[in-house]
Amino acid sequence: MTAYVRLLFGLGLLSLLLFVISLLVGPAGVSPHLSLSALIFGDAGPLSLVMREIRLPRAILGVLIGAALGLGGAAMQGYLRNPMAEPGILGVSGAAALGAVLAIQTGLTAAFALALPFAALAGAGVAVTLLLLLAGRRGGTLTLILAGIAISALAGALTSLVLNLSPNPFAANEIIFWMMGSLADRSFLHVALALPFVALGACLILPLGRGLDSLTLGEDAAEALGVRMVRLRVLLVAGVAAMIGGATAVAGAIGFVGLVVPHLLRRAVGAQPGRLLFASALGGACMVLAADIAVRLILPDRDLKLGVMTAIVGTPFFLHLIYRSRGQG
Amino acid sequence: MAFVCRDVTVNRGSTPVVKSVSLTIAPGEVVGLIGPNGAGKTTLMRAALGLLPFFGSCSLAEMPVSSRARYATWLPQDREIAWPIPVEALVALGRTPHGASISRLSSQDAEAVRQALEKADMWAFRNRIATQLSGGEKARVLLARALAQETPMLLADEPIAGLDPAHQIATMQVFKTLASDGRSVLVALHDLGLAARFCSRLVLMQAGRIVADGRPVDVLTAHNLAEVFGIDAYRVETADGLLLQPLGLATKT
Repeated sequence: MTAYVRLLFGLGLLSLLLFVISLLVGPAGVSPHLSLSALIFGDAGPLSLVMREIRLPRAILGVLIGAALGLGGAAMQGYLRNPMAEPGILGVSGAAALGAVLAIQTGLTAAFALALPFAALAGAGVAVTLLLLLAGRRGGTLTLILAGIAISALAGALTSLVLNLSPNPFAANEIIFWMMGSLADRSFLHVALALPFVALGACLILPLGRGLDSLTLGEDAAEALGVRMVRLRVLLVAGVAAMIGGATAVAGAIGFVGLVVPHLLRRAVGAQPGRLLFASALGGACMVLAADIAVRLILPDRDLKLGVMTAIVGTPFFLHLIYRSRGQG
Repeated sequence: MAFVCRDVTVNRGSTPVVKSVSLTIAPGEVVGLIGPNGAGKTTLMRAALGLLPFFGSCSLAEMPVSSRARYATWLPQDREIAWPIPVEALVALGRTPHGASISRLSSQDAEAVRQALEKADMWAFRNRIATQLSGGEKARVLLARALAQETPMLLADEPIAGLDPAHQIATMQVFKTLASDGRSVLVALHDLGLAARFCSRLVLMQAGRIVADGRPVDVLTAHNLAEVFGIDAYRVETADGLLLQPLGLATKT
């Protein structure tokens, strides 16, 4: 068994373990044995309902969103050949957040429960269309980064404008809490909404591993090695946008996972961008599941937001990255 | 199938940097592409590979991307290695046009990688991290990557710049061996002495045009050296070919 297979096996096992723990953590405080038997066999009572309708979708979303963020981060870093890149750089998560904020502000969410994720997906769709128009066929990585920065800045400014002019303090409050990112109180409807986008994105990105490996030598050499750069760029941007749009639509903005996870795993996969893809997807699932368990254990009755947790845990890793790259100077 | 370019013109903005260049290379040739900075050597090679939009026709650029990668190798001048990956994995990238994945090499691919590393004198470095090597060592790793691709045609842009004398000679020797196996090599060079000794043919470019094309002794004339490069050189024809040592800047007459 190679070191890479061992790593994937270990990460898979860890995410399975965290998945089960995530199922067992909650305010009901029932024994693990009872909880799991209620989940699997059903007891026709409230415990079965809690396990199947509240905790199970929450744990599944943890895996989905973590995998989307980890894979998206590894893909962006591999494509841009920069360890500081993260999926948010495309501006898709910012645009999705703007869509969601507009849905809250206009009261659409009150009228129709799924208005928020649909509006967020629409925001992400507008962003990715703009991106591909600006940097799809022509223009290299720099055009893509600049277009992403511009879209994020505009989405951020418009989000602030909505908050700024909001006549309704409750809506403003709701917006701020939503933007912090959370997996609390999600249902299988949310899973059904995110799953196709995350799966589609993963199907687009995972086969690009070999092209990303070749990009280690630079765009010119990669193209001469048979990598079709325009195709790679369009598939990668579309894939990352689908995953991040879908993830942001159901969970809000969860930062730092896409940045930190590929960085943590890079050495373990021999720095090969292709191998980092799948490993980061598993690693992202582990990180989000762990953070979502932590928010429930640390402040069980205060609804600590997941995005706050990942940023607080992620920042020290980021500082460590800066510290180490300073040494290589 | 051979290397045939006809009337290739490349524009940067509205300025032509390569002007209706025609060039044919046969199997068994080591063609040295020489000329002062900005003469259009790199641009010509990139256009020939189809990496740049151009006017005219070129046999490599017309091939589908994947079959071109099995026919011609490109060794660019900027020695980019983006990630700290092991030398052996980096060289294995040369096998990807043949369907290999650098994570899983067939025994045939592994053998090609080993031979390439030995030709570039980097076998002892195979487990080192590529980004931690010196500039010259990186150049040799990238040369090994190009050799591992095992294509009938190799285009190399200043592959010996920054190498020590022994490895400069060894690299040129590798090109000569490739040619004697029936492959063809187009190599951009600034070392005129090595170009004269190791290339079977030289193509001299100036301001986007080919101004001389032929045997080294016919291309590196005192007149061309003064007119194109602006230098005077000591040149002597021996039984082994032309020996050339640049002496100083040409005196304007």
